[in-house]
Amino acid sequence: MISMEELKRSFKASVWFMFLTFPILVIKVNPIEKTVIWRWENMAFVGIGVFMLSILIRAFYIHRERLRSLTISKKRFGYIGDEPLVQFILREPKYLYPLAAATLLFALLFPSLFDTYQTNVMTTALMYVVLGLGLNIVVGVAGLLDLGYVAFYAVGAYSYALLNLHFDLGFWAILPMGALLAAMFGIVLGFPVLRLRGDYLAIVTLGFGEIIRLVLENWSEFSQGPSGISNIPRPGFFGMEMDLNSAIVYMYYLVVGLVIITIFVVNRLQDSRLGRAWIALREDEIACQAMGIDKTKTKLTAFALGATWAGIVGVIFAAKTTFINPASFTFLESAIILSIVVLGGMGSILGVIIGALILILLPEYLRALSEYRMLAFGAILVLMMVFRPQGIIANVRRSYQFKKSAKEGDA
Amino acid sequence: MEYFIELFLSGLTRGSIYALIALGYTMVYGIIGLINFAHGEIYMIGAFTAFIISTVLSIYGFPLLGIIVLAGLAAAVWASAYGYTIEKLAYRPLRHAPRLSPLISAIGMSIFLQNYVLLAQTSDFLPFPELIPEFDFMEPVAHIIGSSDLVIILTTAAAMVILTLVIKFTRIGKAMRATSQDRMMAMLTGINVDRVISTTFIIGSTLAAVGGLLIASHIGQINFFIGFIAGIKAFTAAVLGGIGSIPGAVLGGFVLGLTESFATGYVSSDYEDVFAFSLLVLILIFKPSGILGRAEIQKV
Repeated sequence: MISMEELKRSFKASVWFMFLTFPILVIKVNPIEKTVIWRWENMAFVGIGVFMLSILIRAFYIHRERLRSLTISKKRFGYIGDEPLVQFILREPKYLYPLAAATLLFALLFPSLFDTYQTNVMTTALMYVVLGLGLNIVVGVAGLLDLGYVAFYAVGAYSYALLNLHFDLGFWAILPMGALLAAMFGIVLGFPVLRLRGDYLAIVTLGFGEIIRLVLENWSEFSQGPSGISNIPRPGFFGMEMDLNSAIVYMYYLVVGLVIITIFVVNRLQDSRLGRAWIALREDEIACQAMGIDKTKTKLTAFALGATWAGIVGVIFAAKTTFINPASFTFLESAIILSIVVLGGMGSILGVIIGALILILLPEYLRALSEYRMLAFGAILVLMMVFRPQGIIANVRRSYQFKKSAKEGDA
Repeated sequence: MEYFIELFLSGLTRGSIYALIALGYTMVYGIIGLINFAHGEIYMIGAFTAFIISTVLSIYGFPLLGIIVLAGLAAAVWASAYGYTIEKLAYRPLRHAPRLSPLISAIGMSIFLQNYVLLAQTSDFLPFPELIPEFDFMEPVAHIIGSSDLVIILTTAAAMVILTLVIKFTRIGKAMRATSQDRMMAMLTGINVDRVISTTFIIGSTLAAVGGLLIASHIGQINFFIGFIAGIKAFTAAVLGGIGSIPGAVLGGFVLGLTESFATGYVSSDYEDVFAFSLLVLILIFKPSGILGRAEIQKV
């Protein structure tokens, strides 16, 4: 159990944090009216909160130590640690297919079960699923930290808005063009920077993301500046006229279809020759080059393929909201998508899907907490890295096993 | 010609601030090889603490000199406390993790701190009290250089000299140099590496807080978001000079400050931030080791 010594350390931590948060949490000044508000209650909250949290973390560590010693002693008696239930279900088609079918059925029935508002929220969440899966190729599989992912999203959205505005092209014509444009941007941006090491790459992509946003904001003749572009048409369905409700439902089905395609493609990609090259590159660049993998080409395809999905979702985003401006494409958006990938589990498809649904739907339904959304995202990134770097659902490396049958055992 | 000198001096002022923040990046990178993404937020917290303390004191009618000293002290103390705590919570547990992990953790920390200040205080721009008075002897040149510019440049110069002395001649400075050369070897010779790293964060944060206090008082307003852009620009300065190199960070700060000042003065002020970002991208592509940095050779 927790000893006196540990309690004392928790107490010290709570005093330290009360000191740390004192000026910013406790004092609130109004420089114009020259008044000071002292919020001492915040100090009490911090003190108690930190004390509780620190005891919880200590208990967690003690528990983990005990578990670890248990598994070691179990292994000694020939017991091999069980694999997690999720991985087991993913591996067994017997369980996987019915579950997938049930999920699909639920997804298809969703608009008739819930109202339009819920459908709209779900559409947004599913768009983030696709964005997360796209970024997952770059960050999770290929191990390239891209902090400017939102730039490609912006490219997709603006290519629909601008091409539609100037050339009157329709949604279906622009969808592949938006994807292609985003991929081209990925290659153009990726080509010079991919020689850089991981952490430099992160900063440069962040810089690129900001440059694109700033250009969109300031180059008014091109992008109509901060006021944005409005009256973007929704996608058509063989020229049918739709009211708002059915347009939302139609949008939903469109995105569901996109999610299915994305899952299929990403899944196949990960097991392909290219996907294995990405994983190898992530693990050890030098060894990978020594094995004859073209580093630049492999990284560029990861960048371009990741960007493609962002471009597609960008086009859909513009069509869904019918209005875009540069404010939708800030660094925070990139950070949200990155949180999705990190929370779900880098490289794990199911993890990313669950991560996106949690991070987008939860703040939507807990309106009271939506203020704290970004605070939570930041905390999630730190906590996941410290306590569970593999994410909610860890990615398992594909491995081949020989199944021992009775006959082979004899031989 | 006068316009040129004016731009040059305002570039020096900017450059001083960038250099002060860039030092924190470069010192941390030199020792643990981490881009401390949350460093810009430390700068912002330093400025905010100074804002809160100085406003409270001026409401209670303190004399100006007392306000300057106390606000500066508070900014330095709290900024370094935050720096120390962040390192302990978000980076120390990840010392042996893959390279990306501490970086993601740092980004998370940066987002967390921004929103913490946003929620605890406000999202509005707040007027920062004018801490640096207009000096009488500056009257004849006041149209070219303001008093606060002079104070900023002189303070930065003083900070550089003190930092150089600390690193060159003190025990902890020696330990820091040893740790940045070879952490394992430093550990074997009995240097408490954890303490050296903590000290590095504290020194870097103090410098950032000084920068925050000076620039906020110079510009006259403050907001929870100032750390993001300043952080990226200071990082650009650090990379420009050669990350890991202390004179490099100072040089890079001045180069960046002057570039920005001339570019906004002669080309266009709309794209102020674009210049800095483009400069960063260009350096990283053509000379990732920076002006004074050594090229990193990877051994297998």
